[in-house]
Amino acid sequence: MASKTITLHVNGEVRTITVRASDTLLFALRGKLGLTGPKPGCLNGDCGACTINVDGWPMKSCLMLAVEAVGKEVVTIEGLHDTPIQRAFVEEFAFQCGYCTPGFIMNCHSLLKQHPDADDRIIKEWLESNICRCTSYIEIEKAVKSVLRKEEPGG
Amino acid sequence: MEVIGKSVIRKDAAEKVTGRAKYTHDYQTGRILSCKMVISPYGHAKIISIDTSNAQKVPGVRAIIAGKHYPLTGEAIRDRPPIAVEKVRYHGEPVALVVADTPGQAKTAADLIKVQYELLPVVNSPTQAFQKGAPLVHEHLGEYKKEEDSHPVPGTNIATLYKIRKGQMDKGWAESETVVEASFSFAPSDHAAMETRCATAEIKPDGTIIIMTSSQAPFMVKRLIADYFGEDMGKIIVHTPLVGGAFGGKASVQLEVLAYLASKAVGGEPVKLLNSREEDIITSPCHIGLDATVKFGADRNGRIRAAEIRYLWDGGAYSDKAVDVTRSGAVDCTGPYDIENLWCDSYCMYTNHPYASPFRGFSHSELSFAIERTMDLLAQKLNMDPLELRYINAIKPGDTTPTRVKLNKSNVGNLRKCIDKLKELFNWDEGIIKEVNKRYVRVKGVSCSWKTSTIDSDAPSGVILTFNRDGSINLMSGVVEIGTGTKTVLAQILAERLKMDVDNIHVRMEVDTQTTPEHWKTVASRGTFMGGRAVLRAAEDVIQQLKEVAACVLKAPKDDLEIADSRVFLRDDPSIGLHFKDIGYGYKYPNGETIGQQIIGRGSYILRHLTHLDPETGAGKPGPEWTVAAYGVEIEFDKRDYTYRLIKACTVVDIGNVMNEKAALGQVMGAMSMGLAFAGRETFYFDELGRVLNPQLRTYRPLRYGENPQYVVGFVETPQLDGPYGARGVGEHGLMGMPGALGNALSNAAGVSLHHLPLIPELVWRAKEAAKNASI
Amino acid sequence: MLPFDFDYFQPKSLKEAVELFRYLEQQGKQPMFFSGGTELITLGRIDLAFSDAVIDIKNIPECKVMQYSGDYLFIGGALSLTQIEEANPFPLLTKVASEVADHTARGKITLGGNICAQIFYREAVLPLLLADSQLLIVGPEGVQTIHINDIFQQQLKLKKGELLVQTATERRFIEAPFFTVKRRQQWDTGYPLITIAALKIDQEFRVAISGLCPFPFRSQEAEAYLNRQGSMEERIDGALSVLPKPILDDVEGSAQYRLFVLRNLLYDALVALE
Ligand SMILES: Cc1cc2nc3c(=O)[nH]c(=O)nc-3n(C[C@H](O)[C@H](O)[C@H](O)COP(=O)(O)OP(=O)(O)OC[C@H]3O[C@@H](n4cnc5c(N)ncnc54)[C@H](O)[C@@H]3O)c2cc1C
Ligand code: FES
Ligand code: FES
Repeated sequence: MASKTITLHVNGEVRTITVRASDTLLFALRGKLGLTGPKPGCLNGDCGACTINVDGWPMKSCLMLAVEAVGKEVVTIEGLHDTPIQRAFVEEFAFQCGYCTPGFIMNCHSLLKQHPDADDRIIKEWLESNICRCTSYIEIEKAVKSVLRKEEPGG
Repeated sequence: MEVIGKSVIRKDAAEKVTGRAKYTHDYQTGRILSCKMVISPYGHAKIISIDTSNAQKVPGVRAIIAGKHYPLTGEAIRDRPPIAVEKVRYHGEPVALVVADTPGQAKTAADLIKVQYELLPVVNSPTQAFQKGAPLVHEHLGEYKKEEDSHPVPGTNIATLYKIRKGQMDKGWAESETVVEASFSFAPSDHAAMETRCATAEIKPDGTIIIMTSSQAPFMVKRLIADYFGEDMGKIIVHTPLVGGAFGGKASVQLEVLAYLASKAVGGEPVKLLNSREEDIITSPCHIGLDATVKFGADRNGRIRAAEIRYLWDGGAYSDKAVDVTRSGAVDCTGPYDIENLWCDSYCMYTNHPYASPFRGFSHSELSFAIERTMDLLAQKLNMDPLELRYINAIKPGDTTPTRVKLNKSNVGNLRKCIDKLKELFNWDEGIIKEVNKRYVRVKGVSCSWKTSTIDSDAPSGVILTFNRDGSINLMSGVVEIGTGTKTVLAQILAERLKMDVDNIHVRMEVDTQTTPEHWKTVASRGTFMGGRAVLRAAEDVIQQLKEVAACVLKAPKDDLEIADSRVFLRDDPSIGLHFKDIGYGYKYPNGETIGQQIIGRGSYILRHLTHLDPETGAGKPGPEWTVAAYGVEIEFDKRDYTYRLIKACTVVDIGNVMNEKAALGQVMGAMSMGLAFAGRETFYFDELGRVLNPQLRTYRPLRYGENPQYVVGFVETPQLDGPYGARGVGEHGLMGMPGALGNALSNAAGVSLHHLPLIPELVWRAKEAAKNASI
Repeated sequence: MLPFDFDYFQPKSLKEAVELFRYLEQQGKQPMFFSGGTELITLGRIDLAFSDAVIDIKNIPECKVMQYSGDYLFIGGALSLTQIEEANPFPLLTKVASEVADHTARGKITLGGNICAQIFYREAVLPLLLADSQLLIVGPEGVQTIHINDIFQQQLKLKKGELLVQTATERRFIEAPFFTVKRRQQWDTGYPLITIAALKIDQEFRVAISGLCPFPFRSQEAEAYLNRQGSMEERIDGALSVLPKPILDDVEGSAQYRLFVLRNLLYDALVALE
């Protein structure tokens, strides 16, 4: 049961790392790649602080093994640069302590891509995957909706 | 005002939305050993034996600590062994520590440690703890070292008692035509900050102890470790980077002590201890529970003439900060009402539950539930509008508090104004119950609160300002950035005072106790108030120094100089002046000659006139000012299923002065969200063995997106003359009235009186069933 | 952080998966099929699950189908609940699945994994129980197709080394009118207090429930009462009198309260489908 060497595609780069098969992707991203944006909050799939995107969809990186990510496109918060949703989070004060923020933004980012015309029901279905203990969620709702509005054609 | 009140973008925004913000666990430079706890699976049990032999054999294991007597720890009473010896007193209590090369090895070894227990009878509530003949949580209560104003009673489970005796009870009851009495209770719960607690420790060869911790109280960590273990205080350096939510839960000192002991066990090598979520919920201190009995008497006009209150706080297995919470609960025991004749006993009880730390609101959201439910019962009995009852009894300048502090226009906010504004924002006049259809009703409930911050009478806050060569300023304060945005507000205060662009002020987010001036603890909404006052003094210091140099260079008296836009200039001719960058490090004449020096501003603040409480009557000045607020919660209730949705939550708080609008709204709404979750869903479920049955976020459930109501926030601004630009503390107030208001709304909706938290549909169903059976 | 390590295999065919399982077992290993893998990852962390040889079945094409063949809809066991939701070939399944865990987690949790899970709610099985689904199972003895009611009793009675490949559901069940509600202890988050799914086919009600007992079930005895003539009250009373035991009595809710909730939900189901 030796360690395995695997190649991951993370934030547009090809990275080769050595992991145990039982290492979660969260552990590998933080410990092996130094990407500490994804946060451990429960390691149980409950809180969403570890959320990243895998092939464009939100994924709780504590629920995935590093070896399962081989061949997939992984994006962490460190892979986003000045995106509309990040700017909206700043404008709307959609964070306080900031611990849930990387996960929340990654979930929102994927939501905006997969459902550019998301209605309230879809927004709720997606965003209830993450816990924010500091804000009231209204700030996050405003941030997401401000980007949705901007992305409407002519809006 | 230029900067105060504006929604200035937070100084930590860029790093927080890019994932660059670092929290304690994110620092992983160099080699660091991992520490794992073995925790008690029972609430109360004797430790018969601990077998570590198999664990020792796991590769990578460097040390195992178990069964060792260390000095007892604890803030008010030294009652807590850092690692349990002889017996365990709560589910989750640390029993052993393993230090190993990797987290995996540490966990594997920890799993192999075999502890044999013999079960002891469990004290499962403060009421049970209070009964004669209850099992004792601490057999040797009389032998503990303690602070002066804690009064443990040996042979009982009483960790301390605070008494409030004011006025004449006989007279009060004689004047009361209507009397209501009711009991309330709820179990402990959790802060559930998203960052679980984490501490690292290293002891350098020269004895320097370096700790990094996700704490609200890094300076306390330094003091306590020195105190507990006889270390040199000057050799202890505590670093606190950004903290991922705290809410009072990170004001206690626990993991730091364990990390220190672990490092010591491996010759001072760096060791990290990170709570798993389960440990964070049960092992580390929790949110206090309460059993309360409240009796109010009122005259025919609805004026409350007498109150008798008993609080039994569920301090858990160790008293630590619960003693202070109990004290704070005594100090503001009546809620924000003027009650002349008052008798209150506030007990801190030992139980076999996880022990308590402060929780946002520091006893006030808890006692408010009992008080505000009783107020509604009284209104009902008097047949009076519940807001009217609160209005006529509202505390105001000229009244005295339970501890007999005379209130004036500055040290108490304007509650009546809050109530008036609430009526308007909450459409109170449309009535309490509105029928949606046969099955659904929309129902409102209201409440009020007040709070003073009962902090140490000698609690300091300090600030240092230094200049950069470009004239921008660095601001260093010991306030920890736990999410409240306080450091941004401090920058705003400085910018306002110096009339400069806030972008030219750089705040240091991290705290380290060696180079950052002390701020007592980042708790009790005191960051803005005390840190702000310190900033103003430091600003004054800087202004004097800048003007001194400028006066020389400009050949003008200091009195003729003004400061704005990073310049010192002549009042009557602003074009003549000097930029900060030309004088921040002294002024250099063209010939190279220099006058003045590097300017370093310093400012500090200490609260004045706070005193201890009289042990017999409670008289004394516990805190500087009272912030007041009024609240409303509206729900849509299903009369058949007893389920409900949160529709609207409203808080009107006398904030003194809004410093940063969006940040203030965020604080109030975030606190409301937390209060509704506490009131509506969060609690620990215990079994007969005192085990917490829901120690995960899957079963312990904070509010989620979309479960929240619409939030309405109103501000009344009665400046506090002592506060920086009139500000009052506001971090906690949104929370405090939520349990009471939701409890009142749901009781109104269901037509039964509810006395427990959390307010889940099953609770309503039980009350309905009980009422049905009673009427049969 | 899992406190143990394992070998990780990604077979490309059913045959390979089954043989691998048998081989590893012969080697003295404790092999485990791994679909979404969320149970091993979350329960392994707290010592409630273990394996030293993990067989990931996500790359087996048969486990990933989602299509009609003739009158039957085939859904692969390794499809994530989100994939099933987004494609929405079976509205009742979509609706029930969309209440399991949360949206992001459902991107990892799979249909087969949820049905075979150790955590006893297994909500996604409810629609299949109602719709007479056939399960395609492969094992050391080859492939077989079994009616769900013959193999799902409280849990899927697979023999060691057997694998749930696909479910097959007849179109007329998929198009039948249905009703489903997940009621939780409070608001919209958490495990079920009661999840009910009901379907009307050939003028008869069917009802399946998770969260009432420590296993999901469809009760034909209860259905018999519900399908009788008589007042709503009597029919529901009858159904409640023949429920399986034990009724859960735990932190989510007491047994008595669960029955109160169930009574109202049965009423709603009947009203909706009558
Ligand atoms: C955050 C969260 C919330 C949850 N909430 C709910 C909830 O509300 N309701 C609910 O019902 N569940 C809930 N669960 C539990 C969840 O249902 C199970 O963990 C999950 O369904 C397992 O699915 P998986 O695909 O990850 O299975 P895996 O972990 O891959 O497998 C689970 C078990 O089934 C076996 N298995 C998997 N696939 C097959 C197959 N094709 N053939 C034979 N055996 C197989 C595995 O060997 C393993 O023993 C929740 C889980 C999480 C993480
Ligand atoms: S750490 Fe992954 S969901 Fe909490
Ligand atoms: S900002 Fe603190 S948890 Fe969301």
